[in-house]
Amino acid sequence: MKKNDVPQDSVSTYAGQRKLFYATDDKGNYLGVQSSGWEVEGEATKEAIREIESDCFRAWQQAQQGISSPLEYHMYNNRMDLPMLAQTVGMFQWRVKRHFKPSVFNTLPDKTLTRYGDALGLELSQLKSIPVEFSTPQ
Amino acid sequence: MTDITTATTDVDSESPANPFAVQDTSFNHIQSAHCESGVAAGLSSHYGLPLSEPMAFGLAGALTFAYIPFIKLFGMPMIAYRMPPKAIIKGLQKRTGIKFEFKTFRNEEHGMAALDNLLSEGKPVGLQTNVYWLPYFPREMQFHFNGHNLIAFKKHEGDYLVSDPVFETALRCDAKGLKKARFAKGALAAKGLMYYPKTMPQALDLPAAIKKAIKANYKVMHAPLPFIGIKGIRYLGKQIIKLAKHPIKKDKHLNLYLGHIVRMQEEIGTGGAGFRFIYAAFLKEAAQHLEPELLTQASKQMTEAGDEWRNFALHASKMTRNRMPMDAEKLNNILNACADKEAEVWRLLKRLF
Repeated sequence: MKKNDVPQDSVSTYAGQRKLFYATDDKGNYLGVQSSGWEVEGEATKEAIREIESDCFRAWQQAQQGISSPLEYHMYNNRMDLPMLAQTVGMFQWRVKRHFKPSVFNTLPDKTLTRYGDALGLELSQLKSIPVEFSTPQ
Repeated sequence: MTDITTATTDVDSESPANPFAVQDTSFNHIQSAHCESGVAAGLSSHYGLPLSEPMAFGLAGALTFAYIPFIKLFGMPMIAYRMPPKAIIKGLQKRTGIKFEFKTFRNEEHGMAALDNLLSEGKPVGLQTNVYWLPYFPREMQFHFNGHNLIAFKKHEGDYLVSDPVFETALRCDAKGLKKARFAKGALAAKGLMYYPKTMPQALDLPAAIKKAIKANYKVMHAPLPFIGIKGIRYLGKQIIKLAKHPIKKDKHLNLYLGHIVRMQEEIGTGGAGFRFIYAAFLKEAAQHLEPELLTQASKQMTEAGDEWRNFALHASKMTRNRMPMDAEKLNNILNACADKEAEVWRLLKRLF
């Protein structure tokens, strides 16, 4: 990549930061060049975020309707999925999935809830509730 | 724009976009393409052996390609373009004779106290962290990845001053966030890992070290496994073709899969094109120390391989966004071209040993 080809697409996923790329000058020597991002990368990141946010929205709706426990919503809201959350709290996936049922979740002892709270960076009161309106955290 | 050989903290006069930015001269923050090679170069330079990031990356023999189907990230196979976390620090240790002290902790308080002790002695320390919990990462860049490295160099008014190599300046990080980041659980959990050079080498025969490092990297790229190294690149192409023929997965899943590959290759800390440009920069710098013609040629070819990887990302991106018809055969061809180009580089480098 030549230094003039280093992408400067000002992608939103860089949030105004610049990253460093190595590129060549006219003589073929390498130098570090700051980049405001490449659209290709930005779109891939945005798509991945959109994907998890749609899961998050679905979990929020289901929690509103009492079909799912707040845990599932908080998991997605913290950009985790089931295998990742299970691994982080050190439980089997089927067990975590069971805790997505409100009837099971509501009977969990504080000890179990604390494990989720630690993994998700939430106080127990936050973990047990969901926001009234859906918004993605900033 | 910073020259890699004389790189300093100079960031353009525009005010940096990160609200956590700090100015502090007690550590020479140098922005890097990749976190771990940046930390390796930063620590090595601070403790007395000045190395550029590409040199640290190359000496560590950090370039690879690995398609690991049984490790999943969001349901997608892990695709790695460099060696796993800690490999760069350990590789550098092996080639240069720097002896690093590594410590992990069961107890979080002990882990923070040990860090404070070293900082109070004026010793900058490398830390392994989880990106998600570092408060200075903008929300857009936050994701759970435990293998992120940074250097803590000072404690100031209860906060830590850190040199996070992928950022433009040194940054302030509160103790709560840093603790959470160091002790996050899950895959590749850092367990509070911290490291710093305990003893520095008396003398370093750089040409010999470069040769050994290239030889070791040659072996990695030619590992006798179908999904590692040059064979792994071709394997990835075949997987794409397979998915495109899959009756259920050929649409949405294929799109997500390609997006995933592009992210692994281009997103944060790869220096673009899955580290190929960093390695090319290493080869070019190595040419100053031995075999100038051969290494300059190898650097040029590695750059071409990197450009081909970018071409792949561009095509994959357009196809997933319907800017171009989906053509798995074409993607497979581009990946084979990447593999061919890399094979050529290594054939040339083999003449070194």
